[in-house]
Order: sequence, then structure tokens, then C-alpha cells
Amino acid sequence: MGNQASRLDELISHDYRHGFYTPMEVDSAPAGLSEDVIRLISAKKNEPDFMLDWRLKAFRHWLTMTEPRWATVRHPPIDYQAIVYYSAPKSRTDGPKSLAEVDPELLRTYEKLGVPLEERELLAGVAVDAVFDSVSVATTFKEKLGELGIIFCSFSEAVQHHPELVRQYLGSVVPYTDNFFATLNSAVFSDGSFCYIPPGVRCPMELSTYFRINAKNTGQFERTLIIADRGAYVSYLEGCTAPMRDENQLHAAVVELVALEGAQIKYSTVQNWYPGDKDGKGGIYNFVTKRGDCREANSKISWTQVETGSAITWKYPSVILQGDNSVGEFHSVALTNHWQQADTGTKMIHLGRNTKSTILSKGISAGHGSNAYRGLVKVAKSAANARNYTQCDSLLLGDRCAAHTFPYIEVKNASARVEHEASTSRIGEDQLFYCQSRGVSAEDAVSLIVSGFCREVFKELPMEFAVEAQKLLGVSLEGSIG
Amino acid sequence: MLEIRNLHVTVDEGTTKRPILRGLDLAVGAGEVHAIMGPNGSGKSTLAHVLAGREGYVVTAGEVLYRGANLLDLPPETRAREGIFLAFQYPVEIPGVANIYLLKAALNAARKHRGEAELDALDFLALVKAKLRLMQMDESLLYRAVNEGFSGGEKKRNEILQMAVLEPQLAILDETDSGLDIDALKVVANGVNAMRSPERAMILVTHYQRLLDHIRPDRVHVLAHGRIALSGGPELALELERRGYGWVEAKALETAAGARP
Repeated sequence: MGNQASRLDELISHDYRHGFYTPMEVDSAPAGLSEDVIRLISAKKNEPDFMLDWRLKAFRHWLTMTEPRWATVRHPPIDYQAIVYYSAPKSRTDGPKSLAEVDPELLRTYEKLGVPLEERELLAGVAVDAVFDSVSVATTFKEKLGELGIIFCSFSEAVQHHPELVRQYLGSVVPYTDNFFATLNSAVFSDGSFCYIPPGVRCPMELSTYFRINAKNTGQFERTLIIADRGAYVSYLEGCTAPMRDENQLHAAVVELVALEGAQIKYSTVQNWYPGDKDGKGGIYNFVTKRGDCREANSKISWTQVETGSAITWKYPSVILQGDNSVGEFHSVALTNHWQQADTGTKMIHLGRNTKSTILSKGISAGHGSNAYRGLVKVAKSAANARNYTQCDSLLLGDRCAAHTFPYIEVKNASARVEHEASTSRIGEDQLFYCQSRGVSAEDAVSLIVSGFCREVFKELPMEFAVEAQKLLGVSLEGSIG
Repeated sequence: MLEIRNLHVTVDEGTTKRPILRGLDLAVGAGEVHAIMGPNGSGKSTLAHVLAGREGYVVTAGEVLYRGANLLDLPPETRAREGIFLAFQYPVEIPGVANIYLLKAALNAARKHRGEAELDALDFLALVKAKLRLMQMDESLLYRAVNEGFSGGEKKRNEILQMAVLEPQLAILDETDSGLDIDALKVVANGVNAMRSPERAMILVTHYQRLLDHIRPDRVHVLAHGRIALSGGPELALELERRGYGWVEAKALETAAGARP
């Protein structure tokens, strides 16, 4: 039976060699998902067998799963067979070896987005691993980082050049069975970023990735894996923008972080994907699984996120606090305007002794936006002296929006200390008029009040991101008062 | 500076529209300080809010000219940038926004409106510190959220601090003396007096004479039943203190009855 199945697999993959290996101007798989498509993706990327096996296991498991329904979000059913699972930008060679080989059209797009790709990044101190429609087109500063033994490259490259690291850590934080979207991602992920910081090395610059969704109907399935070996430190920035688009687009990314003994990972996100128009038409579905594992003692993982985009955000960057004395942090600003929906929060899983976690969540709702904080603080029996502090604040603009808070707390060890604070406030007419009577327009007043509300989170962001985040909030709130 | 002619204002209370101001006339020239007094409910605060551009009031007749132009067409922030300042009777708390941020945003909005360069952080801080000394306020108040947790006196002083920083052409002080102890009253009055200048007009809306012991007005007006019932010099305030408002109100009613066809 098993033999038969693998024979069948072989046959199918042979078919591909004939069917798909002819040179194409645009590399796209046909719409829909099947083992064939997964084999195609794996073959296109010239992956070793263990990767294909892993993808196929994920796919078969996915077939047994159903889409989760518990989040406070609503959307029409997603047709997973209508999605194109693989597409790459046009290229004459197999892949650009340097910036000079990158399609100038792509470079111009990045310029418009303000992505620093040329030498000026050096001044900004940012190394960019740009992901454009599933395939990395340029990676900079690799050499400089390489001198320190730091590996920062696209996921595909890591599979080629560091298969042992990929094999060791892939799926070790988010297993392929984890949840519907993560499992889908495991089966079909196209590319993403990979980062490894060797023992004792402090990464000298902020590592950064810009994601962009471009080709029509292309679901994006990014996969990021960051490993900080013993005593290492890295700060990673993820920033996203996407062009106007009418159809809803599914985005199901997975991010895995592994911190070994004494290591620290700081992961910051500014997410500004297309949220749909003011009538709720279009926009990105952002169903992301992000999880960090403080695998060994004295390690620390911090998530900071500013979520202003996407029609629907479904995202819970979490930390598993395995190592004794490990620390997990989650700082979040989530804004929903017009018809945007966000169900976001975190999970802090305390397993080790003296583990500490802090959750600071700021939700802003405007228009018809709906914003839910959903968080789990779990203290296992083994986690003596675990501590958690949670603060959830909601800010409402207008009277048609909604804010929800769903804190789940499970404590199995009596020595734990868990605190939860929550508040809800509203920007009132009085406050707006007060600011206006001082010469500040109502829109500026709102952004003043909103950035005041978010300050505690923004100060966790690296400088250049904080400025960008502030601007983004202003842009995202445009038209929220009238 | 300011000319109000036959101003009629109703307040929108959902289904009903209640008339508050009924034919108010007032002219305030540059360099002058006018006190507007009157009993509760006479329309003093309505006048202050209408001048600042607050929503919820409907001007049914009359006009307001500010420096010769129609004021009522302008949105509140433009009025402020054009030099009108309202010191609130009940200053509003804005959690999370440091006092200094609002001040800076306000000043730079006005500067931009006038075509001047925005002040950078250093110049701004120097300016604000000078004004703080004038108001005898502690620097730490700059970094606290706007009016949040301020005592009544601190809130009122904060209003005058904003006025001192923004240097308006026309300042309207709505019951700035209410809720102040005598020491705070003196500090506020000193701040206001320091801002008197030949280019600047001020309207003090107040209930009591005591503010006028510290800020001597050029003219005193009594508002009753939605119009100026009586005007006079500073001595009028003293007379009101002695005799109360009853006689002015009675007189206003007579006038209103007489004016009716």
C-alpha cells in the first residue's frame, strides 16, 4: 500500500517534468491545491526530499482539518481551489545573483514603497531581504553579516545552503499539524526569510524584510525562521505594504523564533496591507501564526506589532517559556477603521521556573471596525514563580465600532502571579473641540490622541519604525471622523 | 476687532430649539478689555462658545465680524489660527497626550497658517519655559497628560498658559475665575494682565466682581435674556455686586416687551 502510494507519487512527479519544466516567462502554478501543485513548488525550488516529505505530510493533514470559526471575524467562505499557490516574477535567468540582475521594474516599485535597496541602506543600517511575490529578489549586507557568521537569507537559499539548520528547526515551534492556516502554509509556503545568529554574536544591525503582495490572485504563504543561538541577540523588523486591490487575498504566514540559552530576539512588525475600501470591499485576509520558543534558560523573546492594515487580521504572536527565567513580551497596537476586523492577541505559555511575561495591548476602533483582544496566559504545574502582567486598553472613535477583550488565564501552579488590567475609552466631541479651539484640526487631534494612546508600545519599536508607525496611524484613520 | 450685530442663537436640543441669544450687539476694539456679566442662564457661555465655533448652536439671525470678516463661516480651528482663543470654563482632559505636545501642535498650526516657519523643539521649549514662569507653573506639568489629574486651579492656569503661548488677538475667558482660590486667582489675573496690549482684545465672561478687582476692564456689559441689557464702565461691576442682577433683568424684560410690535 505504502509502496504503491510512493510509486504513484513518482509517476505524478514525472509528469511534472514533462508538463512544467519548459522555460516560461511567468512561473505560475495553475489555480488550486493538490499534491501535484506541492510537488511542483518543491521541484521549482529544487528542494531536498525532506522538504517535499514535510510539505506532503502537512498537505495530507490539512485535508483532515476545517477552517477555524472561533474568532470574532466574519468573511465569505474562502475557495482554496481558486488560489494560485505559486507564482514568481518574470526572470530570464534562474534567479538574480546581484542587484544588477534584478528587474528594474521591481526596483522602481520598491523605490515607490520606500524600500531602501541600494547602498543608502548602509547609512540606514538596514539589511533588506525583499520578498516580492513569493521569491526573494535581492538580499543585501549578506557579506558583512557573513563575517560574523550570521546567516540572513531567503528561506529557499537556506534550504539549499543550510539544509541541516532548516531540518533541525523547521516546524519545531509551529508544527505542521498546528492549525488550519499554519498547516496550509507548511504545505505550500513559497519563500520567506531565514536567520541564524551564532553563539555569542550580537547582530550589529536591525534585520529587515519587506513583504509585498502583487500578482493577481496570488495567495502569499511566507515562512520565516529565526534562530538565536546561545547568548546571541537579534532585532528583526518586518514591514508590509500592498497595492490597491479589489479581490480579497489570503495571506497565511508562519513565523518561528527559537531562542537558545541566554539569547534574545526582538521581532517588530508594522503591517499595513490593503484594508479594503471604506465600504468594506476588498482587502487582505491576514491569518498568521507567529510563535517564539524560549527553548533554554535566560532567553527572551519580544514581539512588537503595529497592525493597521488588512481587511481581517487573525494573529497571536506567542511565546513558549520553556527555559527557566525566560522572558516573553508582547506589545501591540491594532487599529481597525471602516469595516476592518481584527482578532489579535498573544499566548504566553509558562513552562519553566521563574518565567516572566508582559502583555501590553492597545486596540483602536473607528468607523465600523471591530477589534478583539484574545490572549491566553497559561502557567503549567512546572512553572514555579511564574509572573504575568497584562494590560489591555481599547480606544473607540465614534459609536459604530466595537472592541472586545477575551482574556483566558489558566494557572496550575499556586506560586504564580498573574495580573490583568483593562480599560476602554472613547474620543469625545469635547476633546476634539478643545483641540480645535487651539487651532489643531479634528484629524490632527485624533492622531495626537491616538499616538498618545499608543506611546507605550511605540517606544518599543526601533526609531525609524516608530516614525513610520505614527504616520501610518494618521493615514489609516483618515476619514474616521466626520 | 470684534463686532457682533443682532445675534440670535438657538441651541439644538434634539427635537426642540431653544433660543438663547436674542439680538445681541457688542463691539470690542483692539486693546480693550470687556467684561460680560450676568446671571446664570443668561447666555454668557453660549456667546463664548459661538465665538469659538462650537457645534450644536444655530445662528438664526445677525452677524459676527472679526477683523472685518465674517467669523461664523470659519471652522473652529481656523478661528483659533486667526487669533481667537477661548479659555474654557471646564478645561477638557485628554489622557495620553502630553500637555507640551498639544501646545506645540497648536502653536505650529497657527504659525503655519500665518506663513511662518514651525518652531523646532528647542526654540519651542525656551518659549514655553518663559511662559511657565509667568504662570508660576511647574515644568513637570508640561509632560503630564493635558489637564488629566490637574487640580481646578492647575486647569485654569493651564488655560492661561496656552493663551500666553498662542498670543491670540482676541481672548475670551469663560468663567476663568470659577473654582479658583484667591492665590490662584491672583496668578491667573497677573498672567492675563501681562498679556494686555494695544493690539489685543479680551472678553472676560464672569459671574462675580472679584475677578475684576484684579483685571480692570474698560467696559462692563450685563447680559440678560439673551441681549446686552446694560453697559457701563468698571463701576458698573461694583454696582452689580451691591445690587445683584434682579433689577437689570427686570429692565431687560421691559425693553424686550417694549421692542415687541
